[in-house]
Amino acid sequence: MSGIIRLTLRYIAFNKLKSIILLACLTITIFLPLALHHLILHYEDELGQRARLTPLLVGAKGDRFDLVLASLYFKGRAPEAITAHDLDDLRAYGRAEVIPLLLGHSAREKPVVGTTIDYFRLRGLGAASGTLPLKLGDAVLGAAAAEELQLATGDSLLSDEASLINLAGAYPLKMPVVGVLARAGTPDDHAVFVDLKTAWVIAGIGHGHTDLADPEQSGYVSERSEEGITANPAVVTYNEITAENIGSFHFHSTRSELPVTSIIAAPRSEKDRTLISGRYSVAETTQLLVPEDVIAELMGIVFQLKRFFDASFLLVLVTTGLFVALVILLSLRIRKAERSTMFHIGCDRLTIFWIQVAELVTLTVLAAALAWALSHLAIAMASRLLA
Amino acid sequence: MRVDALDIADAERVAFVGTSGCGKTTLAHLIAGILPAAAGEIEVGGHKLYEMGDRARRNFRISQVGFIFQEFALLDYLNVEENVLLPYFINSSLSLDQAARDTARRLADLLGIGDKLKRHPGQLSGGEKQRVAICRALAAQPSLIIADEPTGNLDRGNALAVTDLICSLAEQHGATLLMVTHEHAILDRFERSIDVGEEFGA
Repeated sequence: MSGIIRLTLRYIAFNKLKSIILLACLTITIFLPLALHHLILHYEDELGQRARLTPLLVGAKGDRFDLVLASLYFKGRAPEAITAHDLDDLRAYGRAEVIPLLLGHSAREKPVVGTTIDYFRLRGLGAASGTLPLKLGDAVLGAAAAEELQLATGDSLLSDEASLINLAGAYPLKMPVVGVLARAGTPDDHAVFVDLKTAWVIAGIGHGHTDLADPEQSGYVSERSEEGITANPAVVTYNEITAENIGSFHFHSTRSELPVTSIIAAPRSEKDRTLISGRYSVAETTQLLVPEDVIAELMGIVFQLKRFFDASFLLVLVTTGLFVALVILLSLRIRKAERSTMFHIGCDRLTIFWIQVAELVTLTVLAAALAWALSHLAIAMASRLLA
Repeated sequence: MRVDALDIADAERVAFVGTSGCGKTTLAHLIAGILPAAAGEIEVGGHKLYEMGDRARRNFRISQVGFIFQEFALLDYLNVEENVLLPYFINSSLSLDQAARDTARRLADLLGIGDKLKRHPGQLSGGEKQRVAICRALAAQPSLIIADEPTGNLDRGNALAVTDLICSLAEQHGATLLMVTHEHAILDRFERSIDVGEEFGA
């Protein structure tokens, strides 16, 4: 071991408290701007990547950030819904592949995403187990959701009771887990996917119950008239969709009125994209967004904030620099006798210089390594927290 | 200070005495090559100091001169063994090998601190610290030992014992000993004493 390194390590180890304080000051000073920088780059990359994979997004007019964050990352409150009419209208226009999303509901606190099979293809999601085709009543779990809920293909999952749209009474729906997605490292990992119609059932817009038209079930009928049949309170409402009762499920609304949170539209060509954009430029209740632009705008705000933090970190850096300089000056004064001894014995000037500054160099290198490791740990923790 | 001529024989034991500020330490530093002479020639063991640059004089000191200081000058963050081996850590002209380590341990045993090698200076008495300093001075087996008031911080009993020890070790190693001292009671341990103030009129 080199003499300088040996002496430096011994000095640092002997003066533990001083070394720990210096190391902590340097680590924090390096860690804060480094972690912020890494975090922002990480999220810019993560958010941007998902936004780039979502060509266009249609939703109700309102906060564009809310719409994009809810539709792409399943974050925040579900924005105001548009209708299945808008979905059918865009599909009929024939210029884009359209994928509906119905959000705002949950199953064991995991976001429920009502969509179609096309969503899996758009996101490049594959099954780790089971199957992906969504039938009425089926659920497919993201990898992390399955892991956290300790569910696997063949198990079942109950939706949460809370319902914003409660036309016909909302009941928790028991759904068989027909598949678990392979881990994708995206918000899809944490979601529960169901067919759009299943999502409407979870929302309480549709339900299934005893077939009142069947004469054998007349015990559940309060009144029969030309206008319809009125059930009595004893009628059995199904909380699970099975092969036997699937025919009894129906919606208390016309299809065109059924809610959709947003529509992902993938135009088939640049021309189609332009035509669709033009179509929505005059729409009164809906808006067309380019998620990549919205996220870039959001990151622009974040980068503006970062500049403010950078200025603050500069002040912290100057303060820490002054503190370290003070400690080093005091240390040099205390070690004057040591330098004199080394000089008398026959140590050359450069070695004496290095022995004196190696403490700071070593602690700075250690602090930088610690800060680097901590910043990556922070990114991992933040990713998990945000996920 | 003006020294017209001063010859010190190999393995001679010489005490530099004189009033404070008369130049005892300055003379010792000139001989050790710490201070270059303004004029004239100084030669130590065949080494012509007046022809050497700063780096060569430092290499000369680390290998040829063993220093013992009044304040012990031990590094508090090194243990006894590492303090003894300090010359090997701070100058690449000395190579720290097993022989050097064995010499350090043998010296420590000889001076009665062999069982305290892993202790730090803060855990030693004044006498023990000075023994460590003596071990360090002898670790590189120098041909010249310069002791600058080594007993100044010791009680009379310890001062006599340490002086006897240094003289004995110098004799065993065949090293020349120059000791700066105010203690007239120990002068009989030396073959010659020089009153620097009177002789060289600083």
